Amino acid sequence: MHAIQVQGLTKRYGDVTAVDGITFSVAPGGTLGLLGGNGAGKTTTIAMLLGLLIPTAGSIRILGHDMGRDRFAALARMNFSSPYIALPSRLSVAENLRVYGHLYGVRGLEARIRELAAQLDLTGLLDRPSGNLSAGQKTRVALAKSLINRPDVLLLDEPTASLDPDTGDMVRGWLERYRRESGCTVLLASHNMAEVERLCDSVLMLKQGRIVDSGSPPELLDRYGRDDLEQVFLDIARRGTVAA
Amino acid sequence: MTGGTASRGSLRRIWGLTYRHLALYRRSWPRLLELMYWPVLQMCIWGFTTSFLVGRAGSTAVVAAGALLGGVLLWEVALRSQMGVAISFLEELWSRNLGHVFVSPIRPWEMVSALIGISVLRMLTGVLPAILLAFLLYAFNLFAIGPVVVLFFANLMVMGWWVALGVVSLILRHGAGAEALAWSVLFGLTPFSAVFYPVSVLPAAVQPIALALPSSHVFEGMRAALDGVVRWDHLAWAVALNIVWMAAGIWLFAAQFRQARLRGALLSIGE
Repeated sequence: MHAIQVQGLTKRYGDVTAVDGITFSVAPGGTLGLLGGNGAGKTTTIAMLLGLLIPTAGSIRILGHDMGRDRFAALARMNFSSPYIALPSRLSVAENLRVYGHLYGVRGLEARIRELAAQLDLTGLLDRPSGNLSAGQKTRVALAKSLINRPDVLLLDEPTASLDPDTGDMVRGWLERYRRESGCTVLLASHNMAEVERLCDSVLMLKQGRIVDSGSPPELLDRYGRDDLEQVFLDIARRGTVAA
Repeated sequence: MTGGTASRGSLRRIWGLTYRHLALYRRSWPRLLELMYWPVLQMCIWGFTTSFLVGRAGSTAVVAAGALLGGVLLWEVALRSQMGVAISFLEELWSRNLGHVFVSPIRPWEMVSALIGISVLRMLTGVLPAILLAFLLYAFNLFAIGPVVVLFFANLMVMGWWVALGVVSLILRHGAGAEALAWSVLFGLTPFSAVFYPVSVLPAAVQPIALALPSSHVFEGMRAALDGVVRWDHLAWAVALNIVWMAAGIWLFAAQFRQARLRGALLSIGE
């Protein structure tokens, strides 16, 4: 059984097609990167996977649950992080984690908060209002929130956007280790090609709502004759796929 | 999953969202002060006004003063209940947190339950000091009406909730542009709610509108109760109308929530 199985997923807003019949799957424990320029359909795809958006057509199964009929069962075993969605800034870090711990029904919540705080270097920040933190600290808090329920499927929308290179590298290293140790399935949308290359074992290249190419990072580099994914991305963005 | 496990899960999620708002108020004294500010201010203004009228008009004004103060206090119950739900929803929107809430396993009805719970706490925090003030400054005891006052409270709270569901639905439909309604919408119903005067005072054409609102029946009942008569017919109408309007509010909320999911508005609703 695939952890994520998407079939013919389509989202149209009137005459505009944001996502156009995409089909893909992610095996348990796999990490899939969604790559594409602005307006390629990455965020729309993630929103549909999370049940925030109802597809025009197609189906989504996550951990065996049909997201159209039974999304809450899947959502309890998923989580999500995005720098574009904030946590209440007046609440302390611990209070925010406590809120989401309750929403996700986490057992041994206080111990879990302490564990995550220790792992993500947040122990000294637990009583600080979330709004008073630096961008890097907020990202780590958002990451802690997204891991509070030990998700089986983790969706990350540009997890290191707006971070300095050092903090970004720390977060990527932590994600890499977490995935290896937990066996969690990860879907990652990013503009950071080095990040995708480092974290993902397969990549979907999206353009205008369609999958224009896919494969593991080494396969894509080989196919396009390039040294890094950024060059592959530019090839696709400017000229189209190899096949095209 | 057993029924008991599911119920515990629901209660935990409802508590999670309730805790989020309690934590917010614990850290924000201006928000706490704001809860009490208007009910207490209203009570001061109308209390002094009735004191003045009683001093001028004598014993005949005493009955009117009771109706006026009772009306002010009970209408605050509806107002604070409505604002409690609508503003708590807006707090999620202002903090750009809705996306996180809606991708958690919380069901829409659990979210509404949490908002209602918070609304009850907000209403009690705002209205109880005003009730105490009315007793201390003007010797007006709302509870002297009798146990029936609890039913008046309950009906006005429920009315506040369905009006708030309508407001939240409009926010889901039109975004933050509709947020001003969270403060103003119930004031628009005040003239039809017969808060300070009987429905019979209204023009004949307007009376059906008044009678379609639970609040007008509550206030007719309150005036009768101040005269020592419990009007069960008015209470029955208030309960029945609340059931109908609440069902309509829930339907509207569910429809607009689905529409928001179709339009992708849950992520961009704050804009």
